[in-house]
Amino acid sequence: MDALYGLFISPFADFGFMQRALFGSLMLSLGACPIGVFLMLRRMSLSGDAMAHAILPGAAAGFLFYGLEILPMTIGGLIAGIIVALGAGAVSRFTIQREDASMAAFYLISLAIGVLMVSIRGSSVDLMHVLFGTVLALNNEALTLIGGIVAVTLVSLAIFWRALVAECLDPLFLRSVSRMGSPVHFIFLGLVVLNLVGGFQALGTLLSVGLMMLPAAAARFWTARVEPMCALAVLIGFASCIAGLLLSYHASLPSGPAIILSAGVVYFASILFGTRGILRARIVHHRHRTA
Amino acid sequence: MTQTCLTFRDLTLGYNSHPAIHHLNGAIRKGSLTAVVGANGSGKSTLMKGIVGVLKPMAGEVIRAPGVRAAYLPQQSELDRSFPARVVDLVSLGLWPKRGMLGRYTQEDREAVSQALMAVGLGGFEKRPIDTLSGGQLQRTLFARVLLQDADLILLDEPFNAVDAKTVGDLIALIKRWHGEERTIMVVVHDLDLVRQNFPETLLLARQPVAWGETRETLKPENLLRARRFHEAWEENAPWCEPDEHAHDHDHHHDGHDHDHHHGAGPRAA
Repeated sequence: MDALYGLFISPFADFGFMQRALFGSLMLSLGACPIGVFLMLRRMSLSGDAMAHAILPGAAAGFLFYGLEILPMTIGGLIAGIIVALGAGAVSRFTIQREDASMAAFYLISLAIGVLMVSIRGSSVDLMHVLFGTVLALNNEALTLIGGIVAVTLVSLAIFWRALVAECLDPLFLRSVSRMGSPVHFIFLGLVVLNLVGGFQALGTLLSVGLMMLPAAAARFWTARVEPMCALAVLIGFASCIAGLLLSYHASLPSGPAIILSAGVVYFASILFGTRGILRARIVHHRHRTA
Repeated sequence: MTQTCLTFRDLTLGYNSHPAIHHLNGAIRKGSLTAVVGANGSGKSTLMKGIVGVLKPMAGEVIRAPGVRAAYLPQQSELDRSFPARVVDLVSLGLWPKRGMLGRYTQEDREAVSQALMAVGLGGFEKRPIDTLSGGQLQRTLFARVLLQDADLILLDEPFNAVDAKTVGDLIALIKRWHGEERTIMVVVHDLDLVRQNFPETLLLARQPVAWGETRETLKPENLLRARRFHEAWEENAPWCEPDEHAHDHDHHHDGHDHDHHHGAGPRAA
């Protein structure tokens, strides 16, 4: 019993920074995982990755001008992300170019600007913390910011749920009955940026997209409906955060990669054992009903 | 005088500055049932998109009578069949005009969904994932959604594609029911026998209206021949259509085959 306590409970019970890390990462999962489900269903899984790259120079710029302050870096990331999201979204909506190409173009330009800025001002060890995250050093300011982002995300999802589902399921139909199609797409892109920015303090700009996409991709193997898929993605996100933080604590690993790798383990397990996964499809395939 | 539901005023629709519908004038009477026929590329689908508003006119306008709500069944739906949704989720989208984005679905709405599915012969399909439906079943599901939209103007673009004979019969019966309810219906159809048997009025298109009016008159062999002779390909270097030239063009039409159409519903009132 003591061993179990020492393994699972005491790291969180004894250390304030672990509690903050747990609290922060659980909140992040609550917002980011449902967003990831919709990114996946809209076949924009890699757009999240592109967007994470786009945020990086904004955050770096904030850091270079104001130092390791959460607010300037967040605002910088937000601005860079929104410019890229809106620019790429607008190009794909109003020209013949598809979103994958316009997104690639915009994020590469953004990334190049970021690298340019970093090289002008010289690099720093602290900057590595920005790029790769420090979930174990979340302060009150960062937790408040994450809380705000999660609240905005969940409220927006609740309001725009039906429009978002319609826009994914049958965009032409939505355009024929309502003018919500384009606005809801941009609102969604805004939420993606917001959640990536929320995640970069904890997981780094490059890995924050992992907590968004991996639980969503894993949940796809278990259910054929959107609502349970979002709920399951959040649960998988929770489990990954707890497992990753414990792993990081006991094995002295960096926390960000530990969390994302835990989600990766769930993903591989889901591919194999999910109700819509490989093994199940192979086994059930041999039996069929009469009608 | 009969009321008009739709008025086309000098309507030009198209892509990349090439017209697919060229200077269309005319009106659709309220409560009419019109078949839209023509060869591939004659502008049938384009006209539908223009009416529903997903394609903006290059010139002219489509005027809808005030308060007219349209339901549209596209030929090539942008439906994502891999999306994890059930039949009931897809059909429930048809409640949008009634409930909007935020309105809660009531028990009554759920019954309406079931009834719509029953009407297209898909009773009990509510819980089926949409990726397990056959092509024809999906088409009927989309019909159920149109049914649920409860629209005054119904636009169906080749709704009988990939649908078996029995189902075509069911769907025609449904269209006739709508016709009986004084809804205005336009259907793009390729099967001319089907048109002759079931549609009182026909618009024969070849980028411009070749004939428009009572089905028997419209589908006369000489009209069909004229419709077949139109030039399907775009002329990359076609001269720009100038306003003067088009006025002349327009006059020509007046003197020609669609003459009676422009002068109101007289011959089409049957």
